[in-house]
Amino acid sequence: MPLLKVTDLRTHFHTRSGVYRAVDGISFHLDRGETLGIVGESGSGKSVTVHSLMGLVPRPPGRIESGSAIFDGVDLLNCPPATLRSIRGKRISMIFQDPMTSLNPYLRVSEQLIEPLLIHEKITKADALKRALSMLEEVGINDAAKRIHYYPHEFSGGMRQRVMIAMALITKPELLIADEPTTALDVTVQAQILDLIKKMRREAGMAVIFITHDLGVVSGLCDRVLVMYAGRIVETADIRTLFYQPKHPYTRALQRSIPSTQPKGAELFTIPGMPPDISKPIVGCAFAPRCEHAADLCRSGVPELVPIANDHEQACLRVQAGEL
Amino acid sequence: MQSVAKNSDPGSVILELRDIKTHFPVRQGFLFRKQTGTVKAVDGVSLSVQHGEVLGLVGESGCGKSTLARTIMQLLPTTGGSVILEGKNLTQSTASSVHDIRRDLQMVFQDPYASLNPRMTVFATLAEPMLVHRVCKPAEVVSKVSQLMELVGLAPRFMQKYPHEFSGGQRQRIAIARALALQPKVIIADEPVSALDVSVQAQILNLLASLVRKMGLSLVFIAHDLSVVKHISDRVAVMYLGRIVELGRAVDVIENPQHPYTRALVSAIPLPNPDAERARQRIMLPGDPPSPINPPSGCAFHPRCPYVQERCKAVVPPLIAFQNHDVACVRLGEV
Repeated sequence: MPLLKVTDLRTHFHTRSGVYRAVDGISFHLDRGETLGIVGESGSGKSVTVHSLMGLVPRPPGRIESGSAIFDGVDLLNCPPATLRSIRGKRISMIFQDPMTSLNPYLRVSEQLIEPLLIHEKITKADALKRALSMLEEVGINDAAKRIHYYPHEFSGGMRQRVMIAMALITKPELLIADEPTTALDVTVQAQILDLIKKMRREAGMAVIFITHDLGVVSGLCDRVLVMYAGRIVETADIRTLFYQPKHPYTRALQRSIPSTQPKGAELFTIPGMPPDISKPIVGCAFAPRCEHAADLCRSGVPELVPIANDHEQACLRVQAGEL
Repeated sequence: MQSVAKNSDPGSVILELRDIKTHFPVRQGFLFRKQTGTVKAVDGVSLSVQHGEVLGLVGESGCGKSTLARTIMQLLPTTGGSVILEGKNLTQSTASSVHDIRRDLQMVFQDPYASLNPRMTVFATLAEPMLVHRVCKPAEVVSKVSQLMELVGLAPRFMQKYPHEFSGGQRQRIAIARALALQPKVIIADEPVSALDVSVQAQILNLLASLVRKMGLSLVFIAHDLSVVKHISDRVAVMYLGRIVELGRAVDVIENPQHPYTRALVSAIPLPNPDAERARQRIMLPGDPPSPINPPSGCAFHPRCPYVQERCKAVVPPLIAFQNHDVACVRLGEV
């Protein structure tokens, strides 16, 4: 049985200017100890997907229209708030993109680190502090005994992200959700943080959902990848298949637009146009207006995610028809 | 635009930096603020940019890239050294002549959300530099603005829209159009694609590359992403803690890096290839760049360098020509 099974999740935002279908019917699963990457451009619904699972979608304007997310037998989308609170921060933790804004600037790091322990475990403050200290050492903060009493502004960006990771892992979660944790960091610090996530994953045997828009980051870290476009999954495959035999035109276009894979000085490949306006109903395939292979079929038919091989599903109608 | 003739003579130096130093005082205390130290954000940078050349400038945050850009633009006072644009020394110029020089030297900033005035329409944003510098008659402004918008790939019918009505990539196009409004000779772009999605990044890079070709511009392109810099630049300068540690043709520097810091930077780029990415040995740099308030002695990189020796702590290495490019490392050729 998978650790997490999401079925037909739809999260819409009801605003004055219309209904934004940020996540529009996605299903996926995650096994214990597995690392799943979610890739897509800004606005594709990656973050809203995981925020929905964690109950972090502001309501209103957000509303979860349908779907279930079974985490070890509990439906995260339809369970009493107390149950969700006992899971969130304990068995599922999350780290965010910007460690400057997601740590509380008024509280010492020590207080923020022990908060999840004090909430979820019967533990004294002194014992919690001891655990926090060993956790900080584990994520590679030198001189942790002194620095644990610092405020967030006394740390650099990479160090703050380490503190966030320590905070997320201190309750030994079974699932870590990382929402673009390295996007705001330098490449050298990004390499350190990715290395740290790999090490902690190996030691704790936890599952990871890693959100990013950088295919390069995904390639070294993830076992399987979901590619999202306009609130839907367009392709999902294990990491090697996705990189070496991508099927969906959007996945292929994303890969072709990475500068390092293109000859120097030549015009870079770009995807023409812009992502669609998700507040308007989309007829046919959402990617069709930007797709070089779009045919009449794509503008009328409804693309569904269809398996084409073991663990490889994709939603292009022309690929399914055997035309591409 | 008809600026091709103006920016002719490729190969000659248009912008020269001689031993630029930009230091900031550190003050402490409440009433009688005493200077307790100096941040040497840029500490002795010499560079030249040729007509029609793209010079990439890379380094981690805090290495002084943006300070250097602002120093070139005369947005920050220089502590020492000189910025020479076409024979004119900007650091010794009066305010009014700097004003005139800005016509030839323009800047594009990182964050197109912060660098455009939210209360000005695209028309007002693009017309302002032309009116301030009186480059055209007021009657011609509308047609000039629409030409500019077309040049950067925006439809002129959006002239009366405000920045919030555009996406990030479109805003960056407006910022580029604003920089081009005076037909400058040199553009300094400070991380112009870092805030953008991969697919939009490629569009902006293509736009910059085609503008450089079409208008004969020189471009100083600042970024922390080496793969982007390699793609667009003719030459690359790698900065660490206010100094240049490696300088040369983009292919030489990135495919054959000699300074241990450049090697670490190159090895930190994630490869979009699962097998290669998992198989390779990464040079992991410990820690963060040191504080420029209190820089390490000798080579500033020595506390993080895997090849450090005693003598690295003693002398500041100068840039020395080695294998087609310049490298500042004491152990050059040994490691």
